[in-house]
Amino acid sequence: MNSKEITTEISKAADFLNLKKWDYGASFSNDYSVQVDKGEAKQLKASQKQILTIRVWNQSNLVGITTTSDISESGIKNALKQANIASDFGNKNETTEFSPLAKDPIKVKEVKKRNPVGIKKLLTLLRGAEVKLIESHESIKSVPYNGLSESFFERVYANSEGAFRSYSKSQAALYLYARAEEKNKKPRSSGSVKLGYGADDIDIESCIKEASNKTISHLNYASIKTDKYLICFSPESFLTIINAFSSMFNARSIIDGVSLSNINSIGEKLSTEALNIYDDGLHEKNISSTPFDGEGTPTKRLCLINKGRIENFIHSESTARIFKTIPTGHAGLGSKVSVSPDWIVVEKSEENSDLKTTLDHSIYEGEFVYIEELNAIHAGVRASQGSFSLPFDGWLYKNGKKISIESATVAGDIKYLLKNIINIESSQEVTTTGISPHIWVDELSITGDA
Amino acid sequence: MLSSQIKSNEIVFGGCNKDLLEEIIFYGIGLGADFVEIFIENTDNSSVLAEEDFITSVSPSFGRGAGIRIFKGNKDGFVSTNDLTKHGLMRSISQAIEMLDITDNKREVFNGLNKHRDYSLSKKKWINEVPSILEISEKLLVSTKSLKKNNKIITRKGSYSRNLQEVIIASSDGTYVSDIRLHQTVGLNVIASDAQYRSSGSRRFGSSGMPNEFRLWDHEKAANDVFESSMNMLYADYVDAGQMPVVLANKFGGVIFHEACGHLLETTQIERGTTPFKNKLNEKIAHESVTAIDEGISEGSFGSLSVDDEGMEPEKSVLIKDGILKKFISDRAGELRTGHKRTGSGRRQNYSFAAASRMRNTYIAKGEHSKEDLINSISEGLYCKSMGGGSVGATGQFNFAVEEGYLIKNGKLTSPVKGATLIGEAKEVMPKISMCGNDLELAPGFCGSISGSVNVTVGQPHIKVDSITVGGR
Repeated sequence: MNSKEITTEISKAADFLNLKKWDYGASFSNDYSVQVDKGEAKQLKASQKQILTIRVWNQSNLVGITTTSDISESGIKNALKQANIASDFGNKNETTEFSPLAKDPIKVKEVKKRNPVGIKKLLTLLRGAEVKLIESHESIKSVPYNGLSESFFERVYANSEGAFRSYSKSQAALYLYARAEEKNKKPRSSGSVKLGYGADDIDIESCIKEASNKTISHLNYASIKTDKYLICFSPESFLTIINAFSSMFNARSIIDGVSLSNINSIGEKLSTEALNIYDDGLHEKNISSTPFDGEGTPTKRLCLINKGRIENFIHSESTARIFKTIPTGHAGLGSKVSVSPDWIVVEKSEENSDLKTTLDHSIYEGEFVYIEELNAIHAGVRASQGSFSLPFDGWLYKNGKKISIESATVAGDIKYLLKNIINIESSQEVTTTGISPHIWVDELSITGDA
Repeated sequence: MLSSQIKSNEIVFGGCNKDLLEEIIFYGIGLGADFVEIFIENTDNSSVLAEEDFITSVSPSFGRGAGIRIFKGNKDGFVSTNDLTKHGLMRSISQAIEMLDITDNKREVFNGLNKHRDYSLSKKKWINEVPSILEISEKLLVSTKSLKKNNKIITRKGSYSRNLQEVIIASSDGTYVSDIRLHQTVGLNVIASDAQYRSSGSRRFGSSGMPNEFRLWDHEKAANDVFESSMNMLYADYVDAGQMPVVLANKFGGVIFHEACGHLLETTQIERGTTPFKNKLNEKIAHESVTAIDEGISEGSFGSLSVDDEGMEPEKSVLIKDGILKKFISDRAGELRTGHKRTGSGRRQNYSFAAASRMRNTYIAKGEHSKEDLINSISEGLYCKSMGGGSVGATGQFNFAVEEGYLIKNGKLTSPVKGATLIGEAKEVMPKISMCGNDLELAPGFCGSISGSVNVTVGQPHIKVDSITVGGR
């Protein structure tokens, strides 16, 4: 069944079950991926997936939901029946409605349609990348984690009031994580990830170069003394930390009591006036952009921090109603509608005179720790408490030299971190999760074993 | 409800699929595959969330699909689909064959499927025996009410999930197996707050194959435990970072072994060349006080299974005996590529993943010491009563968060501390586990890795690590 036929089928089955109000989200995908091991194909994968999530409103206006992969006539009927049963347990304390913006126009980025290049070509490209990466340095012995994938999918939202929207897109991803070994030293590993709309769009050479350079740069390593250090966050690591604490801007988290913010936090000063943060799912550099959220609300650019102060929260339909505002396009369809950011953009604002602009990671000659990548976010972040303690890959810059740091963690508090931003470099870098410049923070604790 | 609807030329759960499965396998072998495996599943899942004094989410979900894997030499191709018709399965196997670009004329022999091993016979009634949504909701609400012990508790949550998975596994070595798996898990979480102080507490419980288990769950005890933990940690100071001896509590303390060592004993790590233990079989890799086991047979444990996702009954694998490495955790691909015999550990999250060597119930065996012996042996260190999550990096470094910790001074537990992270490398830490307690207990968890998220049990008695890096402030 295609999306129009599914809508018709749901409508018919809902009439039969006397369900007047419903909506659904569906996704259909075809995915292809390859992995290699020293020139040999290791695992080749293909999958066809379909998922349908249906919500129904019963006569008491309580919502029930069901998810199914069985998109047949009987599967749809069963899903509606089960959703109707679940609606008896719907949340009486917080009602859900259709998004008032579910019929508003959406902005769909114009992207040339890509076709699958096929498993054989994916394999050839990845084999070539693996060989080049191993040949790039004598210490790189293998690329134990690697993969090249393409995904083609369609997403749909429709409801019983006539809203209907769908879009199709493709996305490809390449990841290369190399392992370097030298005699009498511990193995070191690092890598790179690149995205594109199709496999042919991925900059494979830059992925190889980045993975090689990063891995090699960690070959000379040393332990670091436990102390407080001046820190420079790479764009990737700063975006990781902002995403990990995005509950500060999340209305759902605020209502649930798991955010550091509260309903009155709009206007609260979190950081230097030089900091602006946006959520911009439609950004031209965002390969993963989607034009509408799980409730059909159009995606849009939203300012989260303006000149250091909280400007907006991200919302679903129900949180927006509670906060007396409009949905922002960040909802995920579920029994309890989730809210999450799309793509974070960090910028230097016009009010930047208090920044220490001499701090530039490419020329600064004083001592500092450069955090390239933060790891184990799920284990080391306490978003509801604001604290973090995270292992990282990075370097200690000292006396004009740079040495990779062996096995260390950085710990602190997100509010302290934001308040202690002392420089925001001018040049932004695009990553897989957003855009940010390098960010300098004064005095964070590093634990090492020197 | 699990489907029993009969359609021609389509997989029928609860019915006989032998002819159809044989036809598909014959087709794959005839096209040149060395080995063909078909994994088919039908799931009926449900989850319920209680927040404060309301049910805020009830989510039923149903899924069905097939994963088809073929091997040619050491290469494998895997295709997954939601289409369980003969046409859909044939199309998937053709796609898998095409991916592997098979050109030689060598053909393996397929002698048909063996007698059906049906592990599901006594389990078909489970779906009618598990608690209803109403029963679950009522007990969860009682549980969250039990957490309301003072006004410092600002957030109370109780969650339940049930996963009923019906599987059919058939392969060209004759394997033909059916099974039904039931997993239930229930958890409680609180956040406590007082002025600028904040803490949280959480506990999760889980079982496999025990439809009545949720009814037997002692929610009062669980609520007391979670409440006490959050109160103990509310005014805790941040721990000072450094190297120190630690005592890790039993139950979920076993996550250190799971992350630090268990993953490195999976054959997928040998295949990748990312384990330091690759050539260490029958060599000492841990302190002689350490014996470690991975098994899938403890009745009711979260990682137990009647048969793995490749159709093999799980075995009890002694991984480390008195500090000596004895065995790796292996699946079919692991056996093929590394030579280590399968251990009934081929596992996957669902049909869309190829099985891989994964842990089941993994624990350090009990020793002879009491918990007090361990703590009394330390003049200054850290007691990790409750562990958070953890991970292991590409070169073997691990880290995991301490959810509830206490300083040890002169052999006694003293003040609570927060923000601690344990950091190390398996081959350096394993020899430092110098004392094992006599109080082995297991705890359920979810492990995410190459073949998705699977149910596991971690466990250990109280153990002492002579020295480890503690990250803090």
